[in-house]
Amino acid sequence: MNNKVTRNLYLFPYALWIVLFVVAPLLLVLYYSFFDIEGHFSLVNYKTFFTPVYLKMTLSSFWYAFLITVISLIIAYPTAYLLTKTIHKQLWLLLIIVPSWINLLLKAYAFLGIFGTKGIANSFLEAVGIGAKQILFTDFSFVFVSVYIFIPFMILPIFNALNELNPTLLDAANDLGASKWITFRRVIFPLTIDGVKAGCQVVFIPALSLFMLTRLIAGNRVITLGTAIEQQFLVTQDWGMGSTIAVFLILIMFLIISLTGNRKRGV
Amino acid sequence: MTNAIIQFKQVTKQYDNDPAVLDQVSFEIERGKFYTLLGPSGCGKTTILRLIAGFTEATKGDIFFNGKKINDVPANKRQVNTVFQDYALFPHLNVFENVAFGLRIKKMKNADIQQKVKEALSFVNLEGYETREIREMSGGQRQRVAIARAIVNEPEVILLDEPLSALDLKLRTEMQYELRELQRRLGITFIFVTHDQEEALAMSDEIFVLNKGIIQQSGTPIDIYDEPINRFVADFIGESNIVEGKMIKDYLVEFVGGQFECVDRGLNPNESVDIVIRPEDLEITTLERGKLQVRVDSQLFRGVHYEISCYDKDGNEWLVHSTKKAAVGDEIGLYFDPEAIHVMRFGETEADFDRRLEAYSAGDAHEQ
Repeated sequence: MNNKVTRNLYLFPYALWIVLFVVAPLLLVLYYSFFDIEGHFSLVNYKTFFTPVYLKMTLSSFWYAFLITVISLIIAYPTAYLLTKTIHKQLWLLLIIVPSWINLLLKAYAFLGIFGTKGIANSFLEAVGIGAKQILFTDFSFVFVSVYIFIPFMILPIFNALNELNPTLLDAANDLGASKWITFRRVIFPLTIDGVKAGCQVVFIPALSLFMLTRLIAGNRVITLGTAIEQQFLVTQDWGMGSTIAVFLILIMFLIISLTGNRKRGV
Repeated sequence: MTNAIIQFKQVTKQYDNDPAVLDQVSFEIERGKFYTLLGPSGCGKTTILRLIAGFTEATKGDIFFNGKKINDVPANKRQVNTVFQDYALFPHLNVFENVAFGLRIKKMKNADIQQKVKEALSFVNLEGYETREIREMSGGQRQRVAIARAIVNEPEVILLDEPLSALDLKLRTEMQYELRELQRRLGITFIFVTHDQEEALAMSDEIFVLNKGIIQQSGTPIDIYDEPINRFVADFIGESNIVEGKMIKDYLVEFVGGQFECVDRGLNPNESVDIVIRPEDLEITTLERGKLQVRVDSQLFRGVHYEISCYDKDGNEWLVHSTKKAAVGDEIGLYFDPEAIHVMRFGETEADFDRRLEAYSAGDAHEQ
């Protein structure tokens, strides 16, 4: 009995936090989404969301998030694999993680410098004879910087999965006649799929709602759901519509988590 | 000679400047027999297995398989399969797919795979477990799946890397019988690695005793138990009483202050030797009848026999296995036959040792 009381006491700060900063805002968002710009209760926001403008925006959001996730994965998997083979793997891992400790805004500004008209990237292009290009405010720069920012989050879970892989399993596959490629396809990849899923989750979901990078790096050429929410709240002051988009964003996130989240049975 | 399936010729394995894990090891493995590599951890037994499987490369020397040099043949192209210590079953595949793994890589027809996997599973008494997940299987069952996964590929040699060490005693003894039985039925060469001497004695046709990267002695379990080549082998295989002694002349040896009749000859007069007497060859008797006089120090009941630890007046310990009980603190006599004394020369090579033993039996034949 006494034990239960103590346990509840310990749980209290966490519960308070969840209620104040997770549950309450979610309910508020849901509540606001039912009010039009004049403050009358209506479903007009939901109707507006299903117009081509917003559907296209959702689709484009998905497309960019997808691109960012896939490119991150293609870079992160081999990197993580290589990391598990190095002698000082913890050190290398740390070096990869360190940039993620730096404020996002700082990194974005750094890229403004690098990709700018007179930046290092253009100096290099000129030096090799290609000539200066408009790099900033393009789809390319947006995807590039996003991938750069998200990659540590993709590497980490994949690295962990690979690191936990029993190396005798690879010997066993080899012993049973499997080449390196077949071993990867039939043993390594299926056994690290959980890490890949976790990585995709932590990249895809935040990528859906990126908004600062779209402004700084993509120069508002890329409009994602995140940008739209920001605009509705800060520019148009249409909190209702902003909330509605947020509701859909949240639904999409839950959908993705439930689709990719079937945690596998360990042995 | 023609029956040799695997040959090691002067094989050395060394990492950087560390002492060699294997030091110029040469041996032959014959087709269809059950071999055991026996030794303490770090003796190089697992390295031999990994060299045969192809997981590691020899630093020096050649390895032959069916008369062909296989040093550069990758593991996935070798006609051997391994049963790993931790079984190394694929956790994402069920029992059927684990066993079928090798066959699928060979692109065998589905109907044939079904047939072969079924056969392999019935060989290890696991019929009906096809759709089970690995995590639903007990340790003993996983062991069987691992064996089925190896035999289904019909390899010429199966390598077993301490496969029984994770099982409890009862299951382990059961599996010893089963493995031996399985090897006889399949007629495939088994190479079994263990540090458990009882396991080695019970299962093998041939045992290689290894220590510090060198094969100390090879032979049948009886040969090795009865005629250990040196102190290490005598000590590692079974319990033994080892004392220093001196070969006075042929058939007469001196140790712990007495001279005893023995069956060894052909050594130099007054050559220093090690003497081994197995605890079960010592018989408790009266002080007068005993060849040795000792005081009983402690006694353990081992079920089949008593293990009695005694000390002579020089402080040498004598371990006795006897069905008769002794009283702690008593002075007793120990009797042994001349055949019970095993004389070991210092630094004798296996070849010289074998020659000496052969000479004895040839001599016996003449005398008769």
